[in-house]
Amino acid sequence: MSRTSLPRSRRIAPAVAVAAVAALTLAGCSSSSGGKKSDESAGNVSAGKATTPRMTIAMVTHAPSGDTFWDTIRKGAQAAAAKDNVRLIYSNDETAADQANLVQNAIDQKVDGIAVTLAKPEAMKAVVAKAEQAGIPVVGFNAGLSDWQKQGLLSFFGQDEAVSGQALGTKLNSTGVKHTLCVIQAQGDVNLEQRCAGVKKSFTGKTDILYVNGTDMPSVKSTITAKLTQDKTIDDVVTLGAPFALTAVQSVSDAGSKAKVATFDLNKDLISAIEKGTIQFAVDQQPYLQGYLAVDSLWLYKTNGNYSGGGEAPVLTGPAFVDKTNVAKVAEFAAKGTR
Amino acid sequence: MTQLTAPATGSPSPAPPVPQTDGRTSERPLPLRLLARPEVGVFLGAAAVYVFFLIAAPPVREGASMANILYSSSTIGIMALPVALLMIGGEFDLSAGVAVITSALTASMLSYQLTMNVWVGVTVALLVSLGVGFLNGWMVVKTGLPSFLVTLGSFLILQGVNLAVTKLVTGNVATDDISNMDGFGQAKKVFASSFEVGGVNVKITIIYWLVFAAIATWVLLRTKYGNWVFAVGGNKDSARAVGVPVAFTKISLFMLVGFGAWFIGMHQLFSFNTVQSGEGVGQELIYISAAVIGGCLLTGGAGSAIGPVFGAFMFGMVQQGIVYAGWNPDWFKAFLGVMLLGAVLINLWVQRTATRR
Repeated sequence: MSRTSLPRSRRIAPAVAVAAVAALTLAGCSSSSGGKKSDESAGNVSAGKATTPRMTIAMVTHAPSGDTFWDTIRKGAQAAAAKDNVRLIYSNDETAADQANLVQNAIDQKVDGIAVTLAKPEAMKAVVAKAEQAGIPVVGFNAGLSDWQKQGLLSFFGQDEAVSGQALGTKLNSTGVKHTLCVIQAQGDVNLEQRCAGVKKSFTGKTDILYVNGTDMPSVKSTITAKLTQDKTIDDVVTLGAPFALTAVQSVSDAGSKAKVATFDLNKDLISAIEKGTIQFAVDQQPYLQGYLAVDSLWLYKTNGNYSGGGEAPVLTGPAFVDKTNVAKVAEFAAKGTR
Repeated sequence: MTQLTAPATGSPSPAPPVPQTDGRTSERPLPLRLLARPEVGVFLGAAAVYVFFLIAAPPVREGASMANILYSSSTIGIMALPVALLMIGGEFDLSAGVAVITSALTASMLSYQLTMNVWVGVTVALLVSLGVGFLNGWMVVKTGLPSFLVTLGSFLILQGVNLAVTKLVTGNVATDDISNMDGFGQAKKVFASSFEVGGVNVKITIIYWLVFAAIATWVLLRTKYGNWVFAVGGNKDSARAVGVPVAFTKISLFMLVGFGAWFIGMHQLFSFNTVQSGEGVGQELIYISAAVIGGCLLTGGAGSAIGPVFGAFMFGMVQQGIVYAGWNPDWFKAFLGVMLLGAVLINLWVQRTATRR
């Protein structure tokens, strides 16, 4: 009840805090290296703007929030939307049932097109059919290579996870490593399991799988360290996301191992690691391209009736390799967070 | 084990000098009294798990592996400590996992965006973390709502704010690399360095973990504040009646969790250079589990600071031990669950046996 049940000094605390920050700023605590000042980004992709009537497109994904890979997809979609005079409604939910509800939500909003990922194809089947009945064109991207056609989607933009895994395995064969560790950051994710299965299929050496807790980096680090200590014959680590690759490099040094590190998917920091040579190479499925093409294809379909692949074949966005030989070309785009 | 057998040989010594007044206050044998303490049960559970992996996983016998297991335990343990104290004080905090990331994001973005020495970011992050803890505690005390509800709310708010603000400020969902900025090297030394002991690389978080546990134990058992914590967790109204500042105690406990979140957040930032805004979800349950395994009651009023140390050790030991043993990874989570349940059951059985007359 009483408003003064706390010591009076506590009320002053926020004011002191603000003053302290201001003082620190004035005291010239600025950094002479790094930071935003030295890193001003270049302009974004822009290629004019369509004069077609404004339309609304919904993009519904199974992405977890706050993940750098999915952020790149969204940026691609936004770039295409800006260019095509499209209002983009982006939504995401990891749970299949909730993702299906989000598609229903888009149908209720009578959008002009839907771009959807089919990570759990069976769960999405009914609602995708509903959208099609309502006359809304639907394209697939990123996940759902084996199901997009069965569910009557117009086109599909993405990589074949198994194929990209195999491509990575083949590349490993040429580097002379004998025993690789494939690190999965979310146990039971179909896409991730397919990648490691692909590696196992084409890699001529031995492939082991390791599960780590992807939401807790310190535990990712020590679990990879533990595995490298347990099996000293492991001379290569494959991770399925850029942040995990950078952590794996630390594990390798902690374990006193000589293992090399390769990864799926890119981000800005990974690029500099490839430049420095601490990471061998990355398999890039070009998420920006996936998001961009998904939105752009719906616009093309609405304005000109075109659809890529003719409903017969998927449009593959990867696997593209980024290694020391071509990293310089990618670096400037990665700095903007678009590669 | 040795510390249990030692008093056992000494206990059948001659009658105590103080005459017994009545049967109810008769002294029970020391080993039983020891076993009745919450941290002894979990100590035996942790010892059992440790011995089990010593046999099942040969690499565990090496010093480097032990250092790695302890590192893994320490990043859980440093947070499990304040979470445990808060539970003894009768409340708990579901926002503890994402609060770690909030702190790391604050420090990183502030330093980067304003191009300032990283210590400025570190300082502001501490204020933000303490502020979040203060708000949690203040709301719990003022509204009288269960802390489950209040901190579930702040868990969701922080999760959303982490993502939205990061995206708004950086344009990406992860922070920018600050490893080339002024003060980074110093801060890394403080929060994320390591040193060699007999050729084994030991992470500094292990030291902090043990020091914090020692301080927490001293505060709980030897200071007035420690008594307040037990009192507000046991019975808030009687505590207030005897003059314990209930609001102050509870709010300060929430702020202590904020401090822990800041510390671990800084460790993550300075060991990994960048932070993804979606991390940390689910960690709160691991901290709470470590505290509960360590003998803290979900209802408050009982527990210790040393129990959660063994609780966190058990988590780290099982999590890494399974990998050291090289078992089929498909069963990973199931192994973890079975081992933890088993350890908790040993803990429970020991306490039941010890307190039975």
